[in-house]
Amino acid sequence: MSNKKNWPLWEIFVRSKNGLEHRHFGSLHATDAEMALENARDVYTRRNEGVSIWVVESKHITASNPEHNGELFEPAQDKVYRHPTFYDLPDEVKHM
Amino acid sequence: MSEEQIRSLEKQFDERILRDEKIEPKDWMPEKYRKTHIRQMSQHAHSEIVGMLPEGNWISRAPSLRRKVALLAKVQDEAGHGLYLYSACETLGVSRDELYDQLHTGKAKYSSIFNYPTVTWADMGAIGWLVDGAAIINQVPLCNTSYGPYARAMIRVCKEESFHQRQGFEIMLKLANGSPEQKEMAQDALNRWWWPSLMMLGPTDDKSVHTEQSMKWKLKRKTNDELRQQFIDQTVPQANILGLSIPDSDLKWNEERQSYDFGEIDWDEFWQVVKGHGPMNKERMKARVGAWERGEWVRDAAMAHAEKKEERKEKQAV
Repeated sequence: MSNKKNWPLWEIFVRSKNGLEHRHFGSLHATDAEMALENARDVYTRRNEGVSIWVVESKHITASNPEHNGELFEPAQDKVYRHPTFYDLPDEVKHM
Repeated sequence: MSEEQIRSLEKQFDERILRDEKIEPKDWMPEKYRKTHIRQMSQHAHSEIVGMLPEGNWISRAPSLRRKVALLAKVQDEAGHGLYLYSACETLGVSRDELYDQLHTGKAKYSSIFNYPTVTWADMGAIGWLVDGAAIINQVPLCNTSYGPYARAMIRVCKEESFHQRQGFEIMLKLANGSPEQKEMAQDALNRWWWPSLMMLGPTDDKSVHTEQSMKWKLKRKTNDELRQQFIDQTVPQANILGLSIPDSDLKWNEERQSYDFGEIDWDEFWQVVKGHGPMNKERMKARVGAWERGEWVRDAAMAHAEKKEERKEKQAV
């Protein structure tokens, strides 16, 4: 066995058409960014699923920890005043 | 973590699945959930990869350019499906290399159907129609499974799979309406692939060891026997359209059940093939391992090249 160096993992983001954002499609292994782009084309856009591809090496992504979801996301839950329905308006005001 | 804490986490976990919430890679999960998913998803990925071999056999001998581009595209899809599933599997903390290693050493299984030989062109039709047909029945419920990355991979797989079945059925239709020899070839392929396709849906419910747990985790939405019945009920009318006969003398419409009754499946054959004694087990693994080993220098060279390019870029930046 050679002294094995595995191809790094890349995350693939695809814009399905202009006007839409790039969305995470999945991941794949490639030696560098260029190969990741070429492989992404073959793996994720065989049927015109995309007009643009981003590749990011997985190790560069920092993700939040679900165990901290409470402190991260719960504070937003009791802020009903950030939603339009919180405000009482007379019916005469039709669209606002 | 104390046992009590784990039990409480497991309870919360089960409740989340019950509420149809998805589980994502970084979420806490019971070790058994992780292991079971690695096993099932990798088996699924391996099946896609090994599944390319019986069809690859006919690419260079496809009877027309139309058939050839379709078969090539189908085999390429299978490579793609394998890659979606390996990636999904890797989100559970297992490396691609470990997964390949499990396949190559025989530690991991793949679908037993791919251990049968493809001896005529009609086998390309029968595989698309029957094998992909059975696979679709297995896979559609998995689009709703509890593990997010698996469900997302399956949605993509299912979208692509229906072309596979249609191209197979079209091959059968053409042969069935062709010369007597062609029709005979189609019938022969159906005769050989029918029973293995039924076995592909897994052992009967009373022999299936993982069903109960898998149902709870939505890794399975219907039992093997239910899936098999669904496959038979949907395929028999298609065989009638082809004018071919299903090789089962006990096959009969049951008015009361509104389903077909069918004959005994030769489970000894199934277990023989699963244990490695099918007609093509050795050949498939030899081809797969051989391709992997012969490609090693290419993978190493590509990596070395990428590193050299990176170094050069760094030097220029100084």
